[in-house]
Amino acid sequence: MGLITSLLAITLRAGTSLVYATIGETYTERAGILNLGLEGIMLMGAVSSFATAYYSGSLALAIVVALCVGATLSLIHAFLTVTMKANQVVSGLSITLFGTGFASFLGQRLGPASNGRYLIGLTGPRFAPIDVGPLKDVPILSAILNQDLFTYGIYILIPLAWFYMYRTRNGLWLRAIGENPRTADAMGVNVNRSKYAYTIFGGMMTSLGGAHLALAYTPGWSENITGGRGWIVIALVIFSMWNPARAITGALIFGGINAVQFRLQASGTNIPAAFLNMLPYLTTIAVLVAITWWEALSKRVGAPAALSVPYVREDK
Amino acid sequence: MSLVFEKRKSVSRTAIVVVPVVSFMASLALTGALLMIFGADPLATYASMAKGAFGSARAFTETLVKAIPLMLTGLGVALAFKLRFWNIGAEGQLTLASIAATWVALYWNWLPGPLVLPVLVLVGCAAGALWAGVPALLKTRLNVDETLVTLMLNYVALLLAEFLYYGPWRDPKGFGFPGTMVFPKEAWFPRIAGRAHIGLYFAIAVALILWFVLNRTRWGFELKVIGSSPKAARYQGIAVERNIMLAILLSGAICGLAGVGEVAGISRRLQQGMALGYGFTAIIVAWMAQLNPLAVPFVALLMGALLVGGDQVQMTMGLPSSIGTLMQGMILFPMLAGSLFTEYRIKRIGPQAVRESETGAA
Amino acid sequence: METTANGAPLVEMRGICKSFPGVQASDGVDLRLDSGEVLALLGENGAGKSTLMNILSGLYRQDSGDVYLRGELVDIRSPRDAAALGVGMVHQNFMLVDTMTVAENVILGMAGLPFVPDMVAVKRSIVELGERYNMAVDPDAYIWQLSVGEQQRVEILKQLYRKAEILVLDEPTAVLTPQESQELNSVVKRMQAEGKSAVFITHKMDEVMAFADRVMVLRRGKVVAEKTTKDTDPKDLARLMVGREVLFDIDKGPFEPGAVVLELKDVCADDERGLPALRELSLSVRAGEIVGIAGVAGNGQRELSEVITGLRPAKSGGVSINCVDLTNRTPLEIIKSGVSHIPSDRIAVGAVGDMSVASNLAMKDYRAAPISKGALLLPRRILEFARKMIGLFNIATPSPETRVKFLSGGNIQKTILAREIESCGCLLVAVYPSRGLDIGATESVRKELVAQRDAGKAVLLVSEDIDELLTVADTIAVMYDGRVVGSMPAAGADPEEIGLLMAGVAPSAEEVRA
Repeated sequence: MGLITSLLAITLRAGTSLVYATIGETYTERAGILNLGLEGIMLMGAVSSFATAYYSGSLALAIVVALCVGATLSLIHAFLTVTMKANQVVSGLSITLFGTGFASFLGQRLGPASNGRYLIGLTGPRFAPIDVGPLKDVPILSAILNQDLFTYGIYILIPLAWFYMYRTRNGLWLRAIGENPRTADAMGVNVNRSKYAYTIFGGMMTSLGGAHLALAYTPGWSENITGGRGWIVIALVIFSMWNPARAITGALIFGGINAVQFRLQASGTNIPAAFLNMLPYLTTIAVLVAITWWEALSKRVGAPAALSVPYVREDK
Repeated sequence: MSLVFEKRKSVSRTAIVVVPVVSFMASLALTGALLMIFGADPLATYASMAKGAFGSARAFTETLVKAIPLMLTGLGVALAFKLRFWNIGAEGQLTLASIAATWVALYWNWLPGPLVLPVLVLVGCAAGALWAGVPALLKTRLNVDETLVTLMLNYVALLLAEFLYYGPWRDPKGFGFPGTMVFPKEAWFPRIAGRAHIGLYFAIAVALILWFVLNRTRWGFELKVIGSSPKAARYQGIAVERNIMLAILLSGAICGLAGVGEVAGISRRLQQGMALGYGFTAIIVAWMAQLNPLAVPFVALLMGALLVGGDQVQMTMGLPSSIGTLMQGMILFPMLAGSLFTEYRIKRIGPQAVRESETGAA
Repeated sequence: METTANGAPLVEMRGICKSFPGVQASDGVDLRLDSGEVLALLGENGAGKSTLMNILSGLYRQDSGDVYLRGELVDIRSPRDAAALGVGMVHQNFMLVDTMTVAENVILGMAGLPFVPDMVAVKRSIVELGERYNMAVDPDAYIWQLSVGEQQRVEILKQLYRKAEILVLDEPTAVLTPQESQELNSVVKRMQAEGKSAVFITHKMDEVMAFADRVMVLRRGKVVAEKTTKDTDPKDLARLMVGREVLFDIDKGPFEPGAVVLELKDVCADDERGLPALRELSLSVRAGEIVGIAGVAGNGQRELSEVITGLRPAKSGGVSINCVDLTNRTPLEIIKSGVSHIPSDRIAVGAVGDMSVASNLAMKDYRAAPISKGALLLPRRILEFARKMIGLFNIATPSPETRVKFLSGGNIQKTILAREIESCGCLLVAVYPSRGLDIGATESVRKELVAQRDAGKAVLLVSEDIDELLTVADTIAVMYDGRVVGSMPAAGADPEEIGLLMAGVAPSAEEVRA
């Protein structure tokens, strides 16, 4: 098995949860809402899906629960920011704080008595990589195919997400809302309803990302299962320039760094690890600066212009 | 027929006071409901939390221990927010300051004894200022959004700290906790009661000074104008960019002071587990205090109590300690929802009128 | 000019009345438009032209009166209704999304669009329409890549794509070069040939004559004249547009101007879009003189005030105050040389809405005693100062601590006025100071300006209201397209001539005054 193949395999696995969340948040931000609650939503998605799978034995049910949890949390955010016109940064952060705390609470309380009511350390049903039989030894292809259902999911999600945004009329409306809500409104698009819808969609996708961690990647539950992925996603959205198709590249790169670092640390060298880990964050800053600068020069390659600005119709 | 929010004619003074109180109550109620679902008695839980946080002298000092860094970061963040600069990098500023303080404590051996503490504080604050200065510079010069930059720098600082105390600054003896060597005594913040250290005095002093600066000095006046309307500020001849830079540097320095306190007052070394999410809680503190420096220490005390109470409840009632964090997260929801009502009132009007009001008279 | 098949005109509006709080925007207006006809709506700002057309295109609803399209009574409740009836409006501020392509913008928000639109067909239609009307645009181009003229074409194409029969254009040539204006004219003529109609909202006389078949002149919400362009000329129209209604006279001291205080020499400056706003503009104001700048908004007046007060860079030329060169200095330095500025944007620039009346009043003087002592601010002094000002200028406010945004427009203006006048050293720049104010507030504003002038200050007054200029100013300078195109003493000035100059028409030889 070549190096490239195994690297690709690890990266796809590591990046899957990031891709779900990135696509979700891309849609949310395109609608003009910044959701900094992703870390909390991801954790809640992980804990709830794991607990559901553990007790019911049904992975399908676990997915459904994760989707509902993500929808509920992001609904709160949508309500606060769209209807109550609260500050998006603060609202998102409180969702993260709440989600982190609640997930931790559940992780210490939902477990069976035999484990001290803890969910930590338990083994539950999981999504195993699909057995592709003879294809297992084919380079590259095996890396792509010998993955679990979540990863297969992203193979379908990415083109669908791209198609919706750039080829359908709903995608057209979405892009208008984030750029110029006044124009969209004047053209008859229901701005507020869309903001709700896409924020909820984003939360659901992020929660799925968390479910992947608990049901396939790690698997299981632990306090810091997300390791800050929720924040990285915010960076990934910028990195992919709010284009869902590009979500894959960003996620692969950051997921890859993550996986490689894991290997390196296992082999004992510490120095490169810390600085390698800084790369995603420093890169994000660099990308942000570059995009802002370029936008100032050539007009319009960057963030949806109305991101984080509450859309109010009146205001004299 | 649609519901529209119309600006109130006069600010509802009652709402400004009532809303935070009501939201705390609502948070208690919501958490209580949650507790009942999980088979715990909410009143008993709250009682236990209160006892754990304030029940004894020792409990109270522990609450202070948690509250001190929250006071300082809350103040730093409140200052930044007043200028509409979304500084969510308090965690990173705090961390970098603690790194700098460690550096002085352990490696600036040429300093005479009595100078170690003051220099440590200064260098630490300077480091915090620097870490806030970078996003501030990017914002004022290149108009780069500060929200993400400050967030990202949090991680960079944390990773730098990790690198240092796992690597070149590692204490070979370890004590089971990866970290640096313990500071020499000259670099220890004196403690007042229990583990609560003089950082408390710093916090109170900063709160008073900040209030004074914002409300009784020319500079504070200019900052308020900038925060309200940069355009109007420029028209009045106020140097907007320079003032934002200065204020944010100050904000970073104050957050940095929190880190100095943690490392020189509590752990006496740079180690794992230092940054407990204070940076984010600080935002809750600042927001609940409605950006008023005088209210920050009290809200910080409350937040500290929630954390300590949560730990307590874990021991006495077998409930997860995360109760404290959970409640912190919940406190803001009712407050964010309610803040709308201080500014707006709901009105019902027809769709045409909505369109007209948005395009204005000819 | 034809009527429609059933003999009725294409558009008929009867007795349209529309009022907004404090303003009667349309007062019993009748309008008629036939197929294949181009109508111009002429009038000053606030005359009611846009209101009328916003009613036709569904943005507003009339208070009373009827609208008939093709002989049938219609009820237009939204822009979509209007579009369904064949009415399309091209606004002054384009409704385009920069980061999307031309094709995407054209179909945005169209009713009945399939889930997956057939972009190939859309682009083909756009190219066809472009060829038919001779205004080709690349359907795949992004809006931000296009020039303003091209963007306007996209707006027009948007309406044509939706099969608009009646095209309303709001000040279309405000953003076009003369070349592009001519191209627009030919596009409209082609549409006309196909039986489509257009309504032009404008304040420019030469456009009326070049573009339109008929013209309706509006003033203060009423129709004052309706003529075919063949039967009229710019001078006639100017007279009708401006009218002569003097509100009241103000007692002014004798006109004894002193030394030159403000001097602008050949100043060039750009606007936000990078287009030239001031073209080698020269102007001077003396102590004890009020120079009134006449002109329709958008001809550089705002930029002029910003260059003088240091809020906008001058690309070339010089600005001097009391013979000291202050070109491109910081706003603070200019304030310190004694310049006060009442800006056109009251609530976002002139006052800080969320701060108290007292704070707003103190915003100029807070830097020095008695309000501040060194670096400290003395709140008691601020309140004392505020109370004094509130009394002097009769500002109606519940208390000095009330946030200024809750005051009425007139009182906000009084607050700004009080502050600027109190701190005025030698020059007061007032930009549209009585815009949107009622009679009482307007009167007090004007009185204050005159009082300053009598006290020996130099006053530069920018106004859209010719009556105001005639009563208040000593000298009137007319701005058009970034230049001063004419200047004369206010006493005995001819409003028609002013109107002509405002509309960009050079006076005929025998009317040039020294």
